[in-house]
Amino acid sequence: MANEIVFSRNHIDNVKDLDVYVGNGGYSSLQKGLTMAPDELIELVKASGLRGRGGAGFPTGMKWSFVPKDTSKPHYLVCNADESEPGTFKDRQLMEVNPHQLLEGMILACHAIGAKTGFIYIRGEFVGPIQIVSRAIEQAYARGYLGKNIQGTGVDVDLAVHPGAGAYIWGEESALLNSLEGQRGLPRLKPPFPAVSGLYASPTIINNVETLANISHIVNNGADWFKQWGTERSAGTKVVSISGHVNRPGNYEVPLATPMMTLINEFAGGVRDGHKLKAVIPGGSSVPILPAEKCDINYDYESIQAAGSMLGSAGMIVMDETTCMVGVARNLVHFYRHESCGKCTPCREGTDWMFKILNELELTGGQMDDIDLLLDITDNMDGKCFCPLGDTSIMSVVSGIEHWRHEFEEHVRNGGCQQRAQNGH
Amino acid sequence: MAHLTAESRQRINDIAARYPEKRSALLPALYVAQEQDGIVTDEAIIDIAELLEATPAYVKGVASFYTMYYRYSVGKYILQVCGTLSCELCGSGQLVNHLEERLGIKEGETTPDGRFTFETVECLGACGGAPVMLLGDKYYEKLTIKQLDAIIDDLRFKPASDHPEPPQLVPFEDKPAGAKST
Ligand SMILES: Cc1cc2nc3c(=O)[nH]c(=O)nc-3n(C[C@H](O)[C@H](O)[C@H](O)COP(=O)(O)O)c2cc1C
Ligand code: SF4
Ligand code: FES
Repeated sequence: MANEIVFSRNHIDNVKDLDVYVGNGGYSSLQKGLTMAPDELIELVKASGLRGRGGAGFPTGMKWSFVPKDTSKPHYLVCNADESEPGTFKDRQLMEVNPHQLLEGMILACHAIGAKTGFIYIRGEFVGPIQIVSRAIEQAYARGYLGKNIQGTGVDVDLAVHPGAGAYIWGEESALLNSLEGQRGLPRLKPPFPAVSGLYASPTIINNVETLANISHIVNNGADWFKQWGTERSAGTKVVSISGHVNRPGNYEVPLATPMMTLINEFAGGVRDGHKLKAVIPGGSSVPILPAEKCDINYDYESIQAAGSMLGSAGMIVMDETTCMVGVARNLVHFYRHESCGKCTPCREGTDWMFKILNELELTGGQMDDIDLLLDITDNMDGKCFCPLGDTSIMSVVSGIEHWRHEFEEHVRNGGCQQRAQNGH
Repeated sequence: MAHLTAESRQRINDIAARYPEKRSALLPALYVAQEQDGIVTDEAIIDIAELLEATPAYVKGVASFYTMYYRYSVGKYILQVCGTLSCELCGSGQLVNHLEERLGIKEGETTPDGRFTFETVECLGACGGAPVMLLGDKYYEKLTIKQLDAIIDDLRFKPASDHPEPPQLVPFEDKPAGAKST
């Protein structure tokens, strides 16, 4: 409990209710935060070292400072609650358990970037969170935490929920803006970046749910307090979503730089039923897979990068020794092929061809040349796709072949996946 | 198939009023249409285009882009089993096999009595509860074959009048002042 920020009120019964939230110190940051000058607030968030929790890890205060000061256009804040990166399921819990914490952070962020309007873009399958956040917004309006002249500070903020409709690509911020404008969710060319020209071509800041959920705590307690956790480049805590072959899957908020094996063995209760660890995807499906030997590292941005992967969205997928790595690549490439928006050729065609080849390897064995052909395709995609979806779709293939090439070769020799033949699916 | 009712049209207009630009209401409007008829009909597309000042082709293009809008008839209950990695690692394949056997249909198909459609879908954002199934607005987590059978048994014999309300995906009603930009 002592090491929790965004989950620190999770144990309080019914904290999603405004009265309970306020009774436990909720919305107390507004008097302080909304009477600070916007620049001061941005400086505070910069000093805290908070980095975006949506995947890219971009420093939040710096992102906010990119909003031009001299436009006559309205500014917008958009909360990215699309949560569709395989392995990641923290934003759902953050919204369901403590929606007001998110609203409080959004009000402060709106003040910092000079926005009077914010949207919370929630994936359409999350009917529960959509209803809970909508109800929280209603309550906040009724009690003067939203709307005009919030708590007598002279600051106006309006917030609304916008439901998505089932597409991973909407998590990409420019595609999300297109869909919020009522278009097909295709990514936009950058630059211009959304901070300059985003929603309705106006300055727009997009932040993840967890990023925004941290803000009220930083305002209340200060930058140094936040930096007591983690490292210089990875400040604060992080909610890690752990799934796959562990005994206690779930979301765990820990200080950054907590050993990864502590997360697996202590928080998530260890690899299931006495099996052995084989591999971990440390940060959601878009990052390279690490073999067990490389998992003895601290869970922070720089250590995971040094080990050859990324912290990403902190969705940790744990696999034991029974896992077939060709099957893993096939599964994830299937995901990217399905989610590719089709706008650019390397991604649209590349994901399709990778899947066809992996499917052959898995079902009938394919040919030995297929393995290098796969690598050739990934090489033709890497850095050549219009948006990061295509670039990251190759991760499980490249890292899979790098560390477990023998398994791919065995599939060719055996005429397909032995395990799949045994299990019958 | 039906055009939008006066009530649906009113709801769409109310939603549109909450955005700086009308067209932003397109996705919620498609949900309103789907709530009315169970699918998004051609007539509804024409009506939405008129209300939001777009062309029918444009609205159709958007509706077809996303997986949560149904353009063709689907079963009363849509069983969506997640097949992405965490769920596959935790046995979603067995659930899929079982459903195909039990319902006598392949994924993407609807039972002849129109009661069930079964789909495999990509990550539902609930991987900690793998394997996961979404049915209407309810997530079933750590789902076992036994529980799945119980769910199907329950729905199989339910009289039509007991059908649950469709999920409320348009959470805009009864809300005070909206987020209309100043
Ligand atoms: C294909 C793709 C999917 C993404 N999905 C999400 C998502 O579901 N949620 C999220 O917060 N960010 C997602 N992102 C990252 C966003 O584009 C953006 O960087 C992030 O929301 C910014 O917020 P942050 O700075 O607070 O992290 C995705 C990026 C890409 C390329
Ligand atoms: S990389 Fe893929 S998702 Fe991104 S624009 Fe190209 S086709 Fe679309
Ligand atoms: S992998 Fe099934 S819910 Fe995420």
